[in-house]
Amino acid sequence: MIGLFNNLEATTAIIVFGIGFTTLMLNRNMIKKIIGFDMMDCGMYLFLASKGYIEGRLAPIVVNGITDMDAYINPIPAGLVLTGIVVSVSVSAVMLSLTIRLYRKYHTLDIDEIMMRAREEGDDE
Amino acid sequence: MSKKREDYEKSFWYKISSFVNDGKSFATKEIKEEKHIVEEDKSINIVPMSPWDTEEIERTGLYDSYKHWSFEGILKRAQKFYGVFSVLVCVLIIGILLYSISKLPRFGNAENPVNNEVSKRYIEQGIEETGAVNIVTGMILDYRAFDTLGESHVLFTACIVVFILLRLDSKDQKTLEEAEADDRNFEPKNDTILQKVTRLLVPPVFIFGIYVILNGHLSPGGGFSGGAIIGAGLILYLNAFGFKKTGKFFTLRLHKIISIIALGFYSLSKSYSFFTGANHLESFIPKGTPGNILSSGLILPLNIAVGMVVACTMYGFYVMFRKGGYK
Repeated sequence: MIGLFNNLEATTAIIVFGIGFTTLMLNRNMIKKIIGFDMMDCGMYLFLASKGYIEGRLAPIVVNGITDMDAYINPIPAGLVLTGIVVSVSVSAVMLSLTIRLYRKYHTLDIDEIMMRAREEGDDE
Repeated sequence: MSKKREDYEKSFWYKISSFVNDGKSFATKEIKEEKHIVEEDKSINIVPMSPWDTEEIERTGLYDSYKHWSFEGILKRAQKFYGVFSVLVCVLIIGILLYSISKLPRFGNAENPVNNEVSKRYIEQGIEETGAVNIVTGMILDYRAFDTLGESHVLFTACIVVFILLRLDSKDQKTLEEAEADDRNFEPKNDTILQKVTRLLVPPVFIFGIYVILNGHLSPGGGFSGGAIIGAGLILYLNAFGFKKTGKFFTLRLHKIISIIALGFYSLSKSYSFFTGANHLESFIPKGTPGNILSSGLILPLNIAVGMVVACTMYGFYVMFRKGGYK
């Protein structure tokens, strides 16, 4: 338990991730599923960004020509988070557009109902 | 199906809902729908049978008894099982993750194993090797430029997929008119307050976005964030003045040209520097003095290219989701 309080940022990240995962699993509305997915992404960014931080150091932008490792925080997680954000924006856009197409065809966002109707149509053919 | 109560119309909730809905209670609608479903069930006359009906299994054999299960009974049971099981899985995963978090070293400690020789190399030699004052930009557009190339292509591909899925068929006049009417229903048209504020706000937004892009190697920012700011400015302009004004300058043709030029420039220039780097050849691109705007070799033009792609993609996403076309 004490370990959790040593890493409050990481604990928060995992809780956000868990809320997102539960939303993804338990909701049948596709828009809410996508919201859950994006919350999982946000949890991961928070986790990565918190891993790069070092207490009492500056952001990794060189000031006054000091190039010493002890002056700046770790720049690698920032780059990884940037990659993650871009990919998550693209994936959300594709998921939302697919949802719009499904809604136009079946007039519902309930994933089970869409599956049932799609199966019925498949039987007819 | 929930249990139906006979004294429902006297209940407190019914009174509240009929008050809120001005006498037309949605509760009565629900009851009607339930009755309807009940009648349907009777007419089809499905007798739901338990899969664990041992007598039936003994009589007909295991395989035949599968055929007689009612589909809805299975569905209901599967949904119940799915709910319980997914809660269990979620709790299990969160528990495992929290347990591993509790074993991690302390937050913000310089001795943590994350801060290893890789970050040391980036910080100590990054400014000599890339010429960028901002170490993160030097990392993602020089050391890891191939990764960023892939990122911009991911954005571009996502944009293409959204186009394929949502673009209007522009030949049919009737669908075009319907889309126009649909768009007019839900979006503001010629809102005076919005237009005045937009006239004041859009130029600073664009200038700030350009500043963030051009200063990507000197200060926090870069192609992705600056491009997102410019895209937001374009979206604000579209919301205030409508498709007639933005359609004059931002068309699908312009989007195509910008994306092709930016991505082609990125790919060609980076393949040149990969070629020279991998073969230990001298590159003719000057590094410049760190700290100046025109420094750090390829990073500034690459930031501009990435910014253009991101701005176009953001605007393209919005336009496709709102109406399905640029005009």
